[in-house]
Amino acid sequence: MKKGVMRPGHVQIRVLDIEEAVKHYTDLMGLIETDRDEQGRVYLKAWTEVDKFSVVLIEADEPGCDFMGFKVVDEAALVQLEKDLVAYGLDVEQIPEGELKDCGRRIRFTVPSGHAFELYADKLYTGKWGVTEVNPEAWPRGLSGMKAVRFDHCLFYGPELAAVYDIFVNVLGFHLAEQVLDPEGTRIAQFLTVSMKEHDIAFIHHEEKGKFHHASFFLETWEDVLRAADLISMTDTSIDIGPTRHGLTHGKTIYFFDPSGNRNEVFCGGDYTYPDHKPVTWQAEQLGKAIFYHDRQLNERFLTVLT
Amino acid sequence: MAVFHVINRTTGDRFRCDEDQSVLKAMELVGKKCVPVGCRGGGCGFCKIRVVEGEFRCGKMSKAHCPPEALDKGEVLACRIYPRTDLMIECMPQPAAPLAEQTKTKP
Ligand code: FES
Ligand SMILES: [Fe+2]
Repeated sequence: MKKGVMRPGHVQIRVLDIEEAVKHYTDLMGLIETDRDEQGRVYLKAWTEVDKFSVVLIEADEPGCDFMGFKVVDEAALVQLEKDLVAYGLDVEQIPEGELKDCGRRIRFTVPSGHAFELYADKLYTGKWGVTEVNPEAWPRGLSGMKAVRFDHCLFYGPELAAVYDIFVNVLGFHLAEQVLDPEGTRIAQFLTVSMKEHDIAFIHHEEKGKFHHASFFLETWEDVLRAADLISMTDTSIDIGPTRHGLTHGKTIYFFDPSGNRNEVFCGGDYTYPDHKPVTWQAEQLGKAIFYHDRQLNERFLTVLT
Repeated sequence: MAVFHVINRTTGDRFRCDEDQSVLKAMELVGKKCVPVGCRGGGCGFCKIRVVEGEFRCGKMSKAHCPPEALDKGEVLACRIYPRTDLMIECMPQPAAPLAEQTKTKP
């Protein structure tokens, strides 16, 4: 957080059919619909999140991710980060306050992997959903499905990982928590964080620019991940793999797909990191185990099925 | 409910498919693997096939993988087509492996 970038704030996901998608993200995953706008976008949040929304769904011809946004500590940090991004040589686009409902001004830039990111300082604070701010109960009743706790991170696929690393670490103040190196020492995966979490964002090398691998949501326990798997079966939702454990981050996980083919993850656990921790390194020869710790084998889907 | 037959002429596989079942789902249900299975949601393009004979109905598919030109040639996503008659399909060439040599980036 040393440059003022605080945490993942939102992700805008393109879907082929908005109502099918809303049903998936609310009924199955347990997000809460908080608003809609004139563009037909639907705003959602997970119950422990304090701001109004973290997931924005938009109907489009082609699924995928439009952008991921990070919240920064204040306007002064936003101004400085904007200067730093411009000085680095990136084009920075201004998105006015209110373009996303109840969100302050955003700055948007595209990194060489082809992915668009945003920074913003303000969003309407609505508090945790269903619990009071004073003497809160442990959890709210009336949550659906998997009862996702928070939007946690995204994994993107694209080229130019070194340039992306440079921007995230040196300009935005992220810290490299984990990496995968090939035998020549080239980094083919990077897990970056601004917190104690093992990743707030991750990238895996891929020739095609701008691909979206998954958006991930946090659950408390392994039992919750198992229950998520049960719900995936009960609703005949498209499963990818799991429940299993990742080698990278050691999180316990399940992957599945939304009705438009965007991959979702729910997971629990995972290692922690502090800025003085050296990055955890996995060798590309062990990639199977790094991704799926039990199977120790990559399924082809993990590398090629993207939106 | 009408039940049709799908024949994959590339692999010789043959399976039954209900009118309200996607071709990919019907294939998965009988344990066949003659079409690659990805997202099952019309988003990733992994299950692309060519329909060479027969009528079908389409669900929503990503324009990136199934633009109108492709549709005209019968190139569709198996997870989003539902048969109206028996179908003859064929496999499409698969794109190259993704973790190819990376030349640009060093840590
Ligand atoms: S499996 Fe992804 S488009 Fe059919
Ligand atoms: Fe993840």
